[in-house]
Amino acid sequence: MDLVARLLAGDRRALARAITLTENEDPAAARLAAAVYPHTGKARTIGVTGPPGAGKSTIVDGLTHLYRREGRRVAVVAVDPTSPFSGGAILGDRIRMRRGAADPGVFIRSLATRGHLGGLSWHTGSVVRLLDAAGFDTILVETVGAGQAEVEIMRYAETTVVVMVPGLGDEVQAIKAGILEIADVLAVNKADREGADRLVRELEIMLRMDGSVGRGGPLARKEGPAAGSEPGADAAGPEPWVPPVVKTVATTDEGLPELLRAVEAHHEHLRATGGLERWRRRELAAEVRGLVRDLAGQAAHAWATADGAWEELLGRVQRREIDPRSASEGLVQEFLRHAGSGGPGARG
Amino acid sequence: MRVLVAKPGLDSHDRGAKVVARAYRDAGMEVVYTGLHQTPEEIVEAAIQEDVDVVALSILSGAHTTLVPRVAELLRAQGADDVLLLVGGIIPEDDIPAMLEAGAAGAFGPGSDLDEIVEFTRSNLRRRGA
Repeated sequence: MDLVARLLAGDRRALARAITLTENEDPAAARLAAAVYPHTGKARTIGVTGPPGAGKSTIVDGLTHLYRREGRRVAVVAVDPTSPFSGGAILGDRIRMRRGAADPGVFIRSLATRGHLGGLSWHTGSVVRLLDAAGFDTILVETVGAGQAEVEIMRYAETTVVVMVPGLGDEVQAIKAGILEIADVLAVNKADREGADRLVRELEIMLRMDGSVGRGGPLARKEGPAAGSEPGADAAGPEPWVPPVVKTVATTDEGLPELLRAVEAHHEHLRATGGLERWRRRELAAEVRGLVRDLAGQAAHAWATADGAWEELLGRVQRREIDPRSASEGLVQEFLRHAGSGGPGARG
Repeated sequence: MRVLVAKPGLDSHDRGAKVVARAYRDAGMEVVYTGLHQTPEEIVEAAIQEDVDVVALSILSGAHTTLVPRVAELLRAQGADDVLLLVGGIIPEDDIPAMLEAGAAGAFGPGSDLDEIVEFTRSNLRRRGA
């Protein structure tokens, strides 16, 4: 049986191998992705992000445990940073994910960022699809310890949980754009520590302020204008989602049932308002647009290098005879004329 | 290359495991570290899910004579016997032949040289393209 058939049948080794091929950008990966795609789109995706040491892995472990009790099949993607010096990485999220370690209904995969910025690995989206196709209906994605710019998780998670802890900084930190804006649910972890209640209050105040948490991020993203409508149009219709703030002590499971209920409530809200479909449409549009850009760029580059035009053009740019932007525009126009006459295909 | 560094059994300090994990990282490898008190079943399951090329066990408790054969046996049962199995920690010289017999490709006792461990790992990989 081939890898795809085994993966679809839930074979764990096949799934693990498929993830490796995808991560390594093996030539087989594109075929694999195409073959599993019709079997995807069924899983719930939940992102967990927050600063280093906030307790993300422990929360993921706790949520995994609770979802298992509801009979869900849970996959975890845990991302840790790659060393910029050696290219190696220590992937340590499993240390805190013990409860699912020997459970056949749980699959945990650690990924290194391999130089990708944004808090995830290059192929997070593809890995999520493989897990989805293998029959995991609930997929938790844990980012690297994130600061204010690692917001890419919102592309892959229907619901993003941002984990905060007391004592990291004053409320100004909370107003800053970025990670707090992408929260659909906020967890204040280590809530048995001093300052937890103050942090909860500060976050709740932020949530009620115009243009901060709960407005700029989730609303614009999932409840705002659908793809293709006027940019900047008002988010009309559905009742806005205000991200709940949930206090947790993940090491003792305190507050985790409430956190799970908040995540589920967000999912229900998205479904009821059509936000889920709009979000999916928007993310797919971004993905296809990106791929078209890459593939068209590669085709134009291949065409230009085949007859030496590329080197010549670069020479002119280097001698300051033409600027990079104008050179690129000219090349693309010529490529398109050529493509229109059936050229690139014929040239192969 | 992906390496699982695991501590089976009951011993409760992992300085050595962490030092080895760092050495692998510094050699450009991705190291999955699972923490203390793992059962052989958990270790092999993690090795499968993480699709690692190497499983490096750190054992200080003296239980290596039962733990290493058990991990090797479970790897074989999963069809994952192409994974390179290594053991380090407090492994008496006299036990090394038995470790190799049980399925470990290498056994490293106290005072082993980190570069040597890394080099041994690199040059004994069994899996294609790893």
